[in-house]
Amino acid sequence: MSKKLKGVSASLGISIGKCLVLNREEFIVTKRKVSLDDIPKEILRFEDALINTRREILSLQKNIEEKLGTKHAQIFDAHLLVLEDRVLVEDVITRIKKEKVNVEYAFNQVIKKHIDTFMNMKDEYLRERVFDIKDVAKRVLSRLFKEEMPSLEGLKDKVIIVAHDLSPADTASLHHKNILGFVTDIGGPTSHTAIIARSSGIPAVVGVETATQAVSSGDTLIIDGYAGVVIVNPSEETKRDYLERQREEIKRKRYLAALKKVPSETKDKRKVSIAGNVEFPGEIGNVIEWGAEGIGLYRTEYMFLGRDNFPSEEEQYKTYFSSAKRVHPFPVIIRTLDLGGDKFLTRPDIPPDLHPFLGWRAIRFCLARPDIFKTQLRAILRASRLGNVKIMFPMISGVDEIKKAKEILEETKQELREKGELFDETIELGIMIEVPSAALTSDILAKEVNFFSIGTNDLIQYSLAVDRGNEKVAYLYEPLHPAVLKLINLVVKNAHKNDIWIGMCGEMASSPMFAFLLLGLGLDEFSVSFPMVPRIKRLIRAVDFSRAKEFARYALSLSSASEISKGLEKILKAELKNKFEEIVTAGL
Amino acid sequence: MAKIEQKILITNKLGLHARPAALFVQTAAKFDSSIYIKKTGEAVNAKSIMNILSLGVEAGTTILLIAEGDDAERAIGELRKILEADE
Repeated sequence: MSKKLKGVSASLGISIGKCLVLNREEFIVTKRKVSLDDIPKEILRFEDALINTRREILSLQKNIEEKLGTKHAQIFDAHLLVLEDRVLVEDVITRIKKEKVNVEYAFNQVIKKHIDTFMNMKDEYLRERVFDIKDVAKRVLSRLFKEEMPSLEGLKDKVIIVAHDLSPADTASLHHKNILGFVTDIGGPTSHTAIIARSSGIPAVVGVETATQAVSSGDTLIIDGYAGVVIVNPSEETKRDYLERQREEIKRKRYLAALKKVPSETKDKRKVSIAGNVEFPGEIGNVIEWGAEGIGLYRTEYMFLGRDNFPSEEEQYKTYFSSAKRVHPFPVIIRTLDLGGDKFLTRPDIPPDLHPFLGWRAIRFCLARPDIFKTQLRAILRASRLGNVKIMFPMISGVDEIKKAKEILEETKQELREKGELFDETIELGIMIEVPSAALTSDILAKEVNFFSIGTNDLIQYSLAVDRGNEKVAYLYEPLHPAVLKLINLVVKNAHKNDIWIGMCGEMASSPMFAFLLLGLGLDEFSVSFPMVPRIKRLIRAVDFSRAKEFARYALSLSSASEISKGLEKILKAELKNKFEEIVTAGL
Repeated sequence: MAKIEQKILITNKLGLHARPAALFVQTAAKFDSSIYIKKTGEAVNAKSIMNILSLGVEAGTTILLIAEGDDAERAIGELRKILEADE
């Protein structure tokens, strides 16, 4: 019987194939009496299991460090400490000796005791350590049962992986060429599985809730990563449809990949720059592969999240420099820390904001904590020595903030010079335009910097006073609202009047439809999510700049988002003719 | 064999949680001396991460650090630094 399961799209694409369900049920541990003579053998088994588990974790840790960086690898430090815990180990051995029981039982009893203690703790950090303990315990038990963990490393046939959740350790040990796709019960678009899937180009649907119950190993699955749907044992007809879609997808990918080599310019030769947004360094390979001419927004927040200290200058430098090296000779715009708002620090000494989006975040936080700010600036500056790094400050709301931030930047440069550290003396500096006050005073701000980048997500939400996360008002979030267009128009004009270039790194730039209007408004750079790079390029190459300019002027005279949207669709249909579907809406 | 006991006020802002706890246990493990920590009630082995975390030592509490062995003095000195660190 065919079944359809609904989840959340985590990585685009279509996959068809047999699935493997990873069962992570608890081991059934039984109590067994052991004779006095056999006790040394039980203890030896325990020690072997500990040594092998330790080796397994160390190798996983190394693997993850290479793929995702030091911070993610640190997850395993806690695992290792649990494994090396003398009291725990001695406790198990004493139980084996005293109670004359098998090691599995003794170990399980000790672990249970600790889990109970931690579960009842007030401190959330400590409660969460239960997961580390459970993970370690499972690994040790599976050694004892001489059952390998259902390791993904040994997969021979190509399969779709179905799991309740995949730990970073699981996803890191994957041999990607054997994985057709991922389906998980839990997780959202920012979970580890989603990020890894996206950066490896493997289709994934997460948050399916009942996937592991509804599916058995060997079932045929279709993952529709566009719709966030999983079809279990599809009918022949459905399968044929999807095979057809898959073939088209491959054709389209090939076509888009071929676009990599052609310039991003309009029919009447207006050249714009198309760059990619990056959240994790792991995505850089894809961005360049898809034909982006650099990184228009390199976020640094991931390095600061989920830990209780701040990353050192050295750790940051290493990450930034290796990223800059990979992107070279293209530019990479590194945005300084943009924490606060929807993100947060887990440090206990920083109290939460009541209105995070209007509160202590981004540049405001950095100016108040020059120690953290300077550490990051030092790391970015040192990483600039190849000459392709630019710095961008987020959430600037007025000129004094830029002046203050520039002062700190100059101090930092001077300190580096005194220490004889190399950096790009001509490094460009830019700001995000995402607060209405910055847009309205962009004529003043333009005199202070080398470039602007419009962050539309925040600009829209601040200027329309809409919290996108609030379902009741989300309908008011309109990128085409005349107020938003007027602000963008003003910022572009002020940038060009002052001879600086202007880009956009918000979601708005990633839509082929909006891109036509933005082109017409005069945007110089589009920084988009990487799968959109070839698509935006295609749109740019299919239209005339002069027509886009005309339309932009007309759009600025319209009175509502719906009018502008209708006008935009009409002109694009007229301009692109039979290619409209293919360029603007296909595969969305 | 030396046995040293010292009362220490935890000034490390994070208490004995997370990374400070890990560092503390790793440091304690380097020494041959037996090392114990006492908050209220029983003294626990300071070389066990489970024990240290279960104690739930917050910043501002006073604990008793006990070391017994040839390197007891050095052990107390180094561990004290961790407990009293600013960060």
